[in-house]
Amino acid sequence: MAIFYILLLFIIIAAIIAVETRYLLSAVICVGAIGFGASLMFLFLRAPDIAITQIVVEVLGLIILIRACLSRELTFISGDREFFAVVVSVVIVFAIFLAGVKLLETLPDFGTAIFAEIPDAASQTYIEKGLQETGAANLVASVILDFRAYDTLGEATVLFTSIIGATVILRKKTKKLLEDPE
Amino acid sequence: MKGMTVIVKTISSWVKVLIFLFGIYIILFGHLTPGGGFAGGVILASCYVLLMLAFGREFVENNLPLPVASKLDCLGALLFAVVAVCGLLYGAAGFFWNFIHQKYLVGTDYEFNLVSAGTIPLSNIAIGLKVGASLFLVILVLSMFRPDMSGKKEE
Repeated sequence: MAIFYILLLFIIIAAIIAVETRYLLSAVICVGAIGFGASLMFLFLRAPDIAITQIVVEVLGLIILIRACLSRELTFISGDREFFAVVVSVVIVFAIFLAGVKLLETLPDFGTAIFAEIPDAASQTYIEKGLQETGAANLVASVILDFRAYDTLGEATVLFTSIIGATVILRKKTKKLLEDPE
Repeated sequence: MKGMTVIVKTISSWVKVLIFLFGIYIILFGHLTPGGGFAGGVILASCYVLLMLAFGREFVENNLPLPVASKLDCLGALLFAVVAVCGLLYGAAGFFWNFIHQKYLVGTDYEFNLVSAGTIPLSNIAIGLKVGASLFLVILVLSMFRPDMSGKKEE
């Protein structure tokens, strides 16, 4: 149990450094530290599927961000913050904090599963009948690809849309049009 | 960018096979062990990112050209859609019905086999192809685009 509080402290410190530092590369590395801390947390919560996905995506994103940082001349953040932006962000963070307090009161204690308290939850059915009805030993696979395959279809659509968006925005022709408009 | 030093090139040319094999293993055994299509696809994409960082972009583009990656992406999406529609056609119970699961239930000889979960391994392969090709394409497109932040100095 103590390991979660240590990891939580580590993540919070890394997040504060990532916001407060003036060097872009340090900020990126701190974001990576947040991701690895979250992945360790998933591992200690016995969710290896999510831990694998988190660590792999984190490594890929970190590589891209570091490479983007290294090839720019602008490696540190200059300029002060605006007063209005600080006020708005503080108000929004406070509102999210209040909503989170309300929300966390309804959750069960940390570390106990939600289906242990609600007997007829949907996840209860997955655990009882997942192996019999799908034959997959990995319950996560049977949920995301059989019971809830619609969600996976949506995720695939998101990826498709992202590649289309990246190609359309970053194509060469836009640059030419920006340089000499006809 | 012509790539990195000889040490990085040699090591990455040894390691790339293992990374690729590990990605395929994660995809194929997604229904038995932790992992699955998404994580395996990201590992396959990161193998290509390693090659791109070590050898430069042209090497990767010769290895897996952009039209081929685009076709792989579409193939993954098509396979997933075909699995979904086949559930509609054969199971008569709806979209994404696990239409080949009856042969491989628990208690038969196929329990915990590699082909044990009906359409789930097929869907895993489709998602793996799709995610790997998509992320590879995104990274390739992002690295092709070079905004000159230095202004007009290079021109």
